[in-house]
Amino acid sequence: MRFPIRPFDKVPHFDFMHLRAFWLWSSAAMVAATFVLLAMIGLNYGIDFVGGKMVEAKLAKPISVAEVRAVTEEAGFEGSVIQQYGADDVYLIRLPGNIPATQTAEAENSVMAGLSKAAGGAELRRVEFVGPQVGEELRMKGMLAMLMSITAILIYVWARFELRYGLGAVLALSHDVILTIGIVAIMKTEVTLTALAAILTLIGYSLNETIVIFDRVRDNRRKYPNRPLREVINLSVNQTLGRTIMTGGSVFLVLWCLFLWGGEAVHDFSRILIIGVALGTYSSIFVSSSALLALEEWYRKMANDDAASAKVETKSSKKS
Amino acid sequence: MGQISLFVRILVVVVLGIATLLALPNVMSPETRASLPSWMPNKAMNLGLDLQGGAHLVMEVDMNDVATRATENLEDRVRAFASENSIGYTNLRIAPMAKTAENQGHGAVELTLRDVAQADLLKTELVRDGIQVEVGADGETRLFYTEATLQEFRKRALQQTLQVLRSRVDQFGVAEPLIQQQGSSRVIVELPGVQDVNRAKAAIGKTAQLTFHLVDDTIAPSAVVVPANRTRFYEERGTGENMVKVPLIVQKRPSLTGEMLTSAAAAFDQNGAPAVDIAFDSRGTRIFAQLSTQNVGKQFAIVLDGKVYSAPVFREAILGGRAQISGNFTTAEAQDLSAILNAGALPARVNVVEERTIGPSLGADSIKAGSVAIVMGTIGVMIFMFLFYGLFGLAANIAVIVNLILLVAVMSLLGFTLTLPGMAGIVLALGMAVDANVLIFERIREEVDHGQKPLAAILGGFQGAFRTIFDGHVTSLIAGIALFMFGTGPIKGFAVAQIIGLLASLFTSITLTRWIILAWMHRARPSRLPL
Repeated sequence: MRFPIRPFDKVPHFDFMHLRAFWLWSSAAMVAATFVLLAMIGLNYGIDFVGGKMVEAKLAKPISVAEVRAVTEEAGFEGSVIQQYGADDVYLIRLPGNIPATQTAEAENSVMAGLSKAAGGAELRRVEFVGPQVGEELRMKGMLAMLMSITAILIYVWARFELRYGLGAVLALSHDVILTIGIVAIMKTEVTLTALAAILTLIGYSLNETIVIFDRVRDNRRKYPNRPLREVINLSVNQTLGRTIMTGGSVFLVLWCLFLWGGEAVHDFSRILIIGVALGTYSSIFVSSSALLALEEWYRKMANDDAASAKVETKSSKKS
Repeated sequence: MGQISLFVRILVVVVLGIATLLALPNVMSPETRASLPSWMPNKAMNLGLDLQGGAHLVMEVDMNDVATRATENLEDRVRAFASENSIGYTNLRIAPMAKTAENQGHGAVELTLRDVAQADLLKTELVRDGIQVEVGADGETRLFYTEATLQEFRKRALQQTLQVLRSRVDQFGVAEPLIQQQGSSRVIVELPGVQDVNRAKAAIGKTAQLTFHLVDDTIAPSAVVVPANRTRFYEERGTGENMVKVPLIVQKRPSLTGEMLTSAAAAFDQNGAPAVDIAFDSRGTRIFAQLSTQNVGKQFAIVLDGKVYSAPVFREAILGGRAQISGNFTTAEAQDLSAILNAGALPARVNVVEERTIGPSLGADSIKAGSVAIVMGTIGVMIFMFLFYGLFGLAANIAVIVNLILLVAVMSLLGFTLTLPGMAGIVLALGMAVDANVLIFERIREEVDHGQKPLAAILGGFQGAFRTIFDGHVTSLIAGIALFMFGTGPIKGFAVAQIIGLLASLFTSITLTRWIILAWMHRARPSRLPL
């Protein structure tokens, strides 16, 4: 094997655009499926967005979920969500809904007292309480942040390139974000502020991937003005393929480091990004370039139709 | 051709030197930091609450309470004004007002004037204080604060709350607390390293409205109907399941309030139970002396936030302006209460609307986990770059280390807080930062494939990749800034790490990596690039 390793010895010649209809339609189908899924099972919102109280407790010795449940029920919190968190002696307990009793310190005190009795000692590691109003505000703010960054990015790409590039990029990026959210829903990952931060990071990352390819498309169009766009896009994707794989690889690598060693608190965060980065890498190669070509062809068809109809009009006006 | 300008070299060296100095305190022990000469930076990154443990509370001032209190004060004001100006009236009361565009449905003071002609006096005098006076033909009069005035009150209440919370937190001796306004009705309170959060929360959030009321024993405490100028409070006796609530009918208007205190101190009563000694100011002393002289043998109630703490009997005239609050206290509660009373009452009720509390052991675990992830991420990326780009990868690895130093330096310099998501941000920034170098190296490979000579290929690679690097960084920055604007606490820390990491990698990739590679080229003059 030669050193340094090269994924491809020369610029590869894959014909990505050949199957563009397939990439686009399968992506569209998956996005549609995600919407159906979201409508059916919805997202598992954490307390950050719906309000509530959560308690993390480290016990002196591991006890079973059932035993923990017995404690919470005795404390008057039936329907608590109980989850082992990282280790078998650490529990994350989400007290149900917004019943007023959960709002005071008595809630965690009674639960902790019960746990302490059941496990022979318990340490309160974390309490998070979010009032219903704050939860609603955070939800609004989160939506706003997502829309804001997508809009800002669209404007930037529009200014630097052309509108159809911007649209192509935003399409690919929405694709990544929506599918990632779909997987989050399937895995029942709790949607917290950190999860939202992961999604926002993904927006930046996914776009970065696409921009690199589009940048190359623009360069190559100047370089080879007479080649058909399809060929130019294919060439550009192939030329940047090494880079796409390398950068995706290094980001993937650090994300796995985070996932494996970063602790329970960044687990969901890194998991979401691992999924998102995989999707983003896929979509930047297959979806964004296919979308760009489709948009371009559609534009051209529109322009042709316009020209044709303009001709017809001038003819008819001459006659009259 | 292919030289790095002197300016860039100096810039890189100076930036690197300063950054190293700024970043160094972070790897020193606090003792070493303290012993540094004064010219050296000695500030390490602040650790966020999630790393050092502590409480993050968001408290909301109950603005309805502000309006209610304003109306109650207005009632007093009107009564005093009427008696000063001998305005005859009947049926003075507080009545709820219908919600209109003008007001938000808070209360109004209503009364019936005996002489409608006196209405003008009310109007001209009170209107100046932002009070709206509406008089009907039959003398039916309604007075209320205009929305603008109430708005002013709300603003003032928030400011006062900030002030009181500050002095309360000071009384509790928390190191480096943060008390900050959020929006128009909230206050963020951060208490790093606090162990007993419940105690702190109870103490800080207490309204602490202390009032003294004369007890009216002519009405049965359990009477169903209480006259308008009387009110019922309860005293809690006993603890836990044995607790009973004993009702007490008192005059609605307090004779004295906590505003007339000069100091409070934890003490013990004659039975040796914890209690709080209080001392009145001169006005309070005068009123208390008068009250006790006139009411020897009668009972009065000491009420805190609507709860009777004790209801002693005046055995004699008390002229020294001192009193004692006893009740169901533990020693800690007595201490907390005296601290709160010293700091003053809150102008209105406050509610905790958000709380995030991290225990110290979890914080320590997070620091450990975050550090391991950063170290593993760095090593992983460096091995990755070396495997795929060989010698060039080594140049990129130097840039990776420099990026890390720059990141830590800037965060220390600007006083940003390091949080666990912030540490995740650093790990991620490491992975993304190599992107710039990857773009450059891949371009160089292409140039080589196109038959370029080594130096030309390198220069072409750097040049060709620059615009892409720039575009990529700007778009990522946009997302980072959106995150920063949206984020609270820990998430902000993540955004900051992302943004600084991006800027650092932009800087190193176009200066440092280029310099290293060109310097190596000039020395080695390879005929073939080892890429």
